[in-house]
Amino acid sequence: MLTKNTEIKSPRNTYGDTLVELGTKNPNIVVLDADLSCSTQTVKFKKVFPERFFNCGIAEQDMMTTAAGLAYCGKIVFASTFAMFATARCLDQIRNTICYSKLNVKIVATHGGITVGEDGASHQALEDISFMRSIPDIKVIVPADCSEVKQVIEYAANTPGPMYIRIPRTNLTNIFDENKYKFNPETPLKLKDGKDLTIVSNGETLIEVLNAAEKLKEVGIEADILHYPVVKPFHHNLLKESAIKTKKVVVVENHSVIGGLGSAVCESLCQYAPSKVYRIGTKDTFGQSGEQRELMDFYGLSDKKLYEKILKFMDVK
Amino acid sequence: MKTFTNKLRCDILKMIHNAKSGHPGGALSCVDILAVLYKKVLNIPKDWDKSPDFNTRDRFILSKGHASTALYAVLANCGFFDINLLNGFRILGSKLQGHPSSRANLAGVEVSTGSLGQGLSIAVGIALALRLDNINSKVFVLLGDGEMQEGSVWESLMNANHQKLDNLVIIIDKNHLQIDGATDEVKTLEPLDKKLEAFGFKTVQIDGHNYNEIEKALIEAKKSKKLTAIIANTIKGKGVSFMENNASWHGKAPNDEQLKAALEELC
Repeated sequence: MLTKNTEIKSPRNTYGDTLVELGTKNPNIVVLDADLSCSTQTVKFKKVFPERFFNCGIAEQDMMTTAAGLAYCGKIVFASTFAMFATARCLDQIRNTICYSKLNVKIVATHGGITVGEDGASHQALEDISFMRSIPDIKVIVPADCSEVKQVIEYAANTPGPMYIRIPRTNLTNIFDENKYKFNPETPLKLKDGKDLTIVSNGETLIEVLNAAEKLKEVGIEADILHYPVVKPFHHNLLKESAIKTKKVVVVENHSVIGGLGSAVCESLCQYAPSKVYRIGTKDTFGQSGEQRELMDFYGLSDKKLYEKILKFMDVK
Repeated sequence: MKTFTNKLRCDILKMIHNAKSGHPGGALSCVDILAVLYKKVLNIPKDWDKSPDFNTRDRFILSKGHASTALYAVLANCGFFDINLLNGFRILGSKLQGHPSSRANLAGVEVSTGSLGQGLSIAVGIALALRLDNINSKVFVLLGDGEMQEGSVWESLMNANHQKLDNLVIIIDKNHLQIDGATDEVKTLEPLDKKLEAFGFKTVQIDGHNYNEIEKALIEAKKSKKLTAIIANTIKGKGVSFMENNASWHGKAPNDEQLKAALEELC
């Protein structure tokens, strides 16, 4: 399932290309953006299907409720902007109009996480998963590489109901063999088998976890690596089985440690398999400007920092 | 029509009295408009999604969802659902939620509303979808004047104009009052007509309790190819003397005596 071809690709390009493919097959697909179509790459869809593309301008709340109206009439609606503006600014519209009416709106947000980089804290969505996860009846998905982005977008187009799909600004290293990997919303994945600890991740931190785990293996620490692209609805079994075996769980995400995957893991474990859990993400803090790799290091999310942090965690009895 | 709207007003008050909560003021201010809409203007099948004409129906969105009792009363009295359901308003398990809910699966209710400032955008999305599908129905949306203070309303006014929607009609129930008092004192909207015109709308001012004026404005707007905003000047609490022009009746239920007095006025 994993690939040896570590090519680096833009998930936003993948998103735009996939929209065009889907739009060709299905005339019901419409796409909305809020003046960021060149960043989110919904512009690709606009070029091919201008009549099914609506630029709502710098008015994200209007975009979300307009998307709701289109979806109410049977359209499959993709609405995109940066994760910061797609969630926090439109929370009421998403909750009270899209989700309460269970409308078929796919919010595909780019620029999730600290790796927005130089734009700094105002643009770094570190709470978006937390916001979305708290709303009933919305699926929350954080794909980890471009082959998964493509499949998640296809899944979204073919599955009714509200979804929040988070894509980073950064290019992503290939993780999955696109010919063998099949995204399944019902089953999280075990990517590596270990006995000493469980590491749970998704999104762009997954590759960091895989790299850190290689180094941990060199010092004799073997980890179960679990990929949870679907944060909500949360699937408990794989995590439960792994935690019962290893009794130590580390969660790594490009998001605040409050309310995201780390919280979802803790909520699950406290019910099904109480375990020691170490949540690695941004602390209860705002981000700041910086180069992407520098920021990953600074906030302890790079493979190197993860290795150091997990080593420390493993020493704690 | 007067007999019909009196019946609607009585139902509204009974619902709110029975539930011991609700929003009489804004329901009574817009109920005449809703009565004319459903009796004379909208082409919506009473058997709702069972009708072969369901997809080509006109759409009505009650953006000021707190006036739900007005919508429920009109729908029930027009035969969309069993009138006895009105007794369940705001009661656990009822289809008649405090604010209209599409989850409740109640014939005649389109999308959920209640959080102000969203109905117009929803209507714009519906209008866009109808245009894409070449369906010649009209989308009517009713907003409160206080609701116009929500910034999101102006975002969607801009969008409606930009998209040159000729299948959308906006009605503003201008009852001049909101929870904290007079709209002019809380945060003035004036000059509302000029603002709407600057946003690309043709505006029509009517007496929102004069059936002829309401009908004429709605029918003309329905035929018009120009974006129209109907500003309906209304009286909050209209029809019940002690509720009229009194902001304190925005969200309060009448007690037994008050209900009796109100029904006596209306019958």
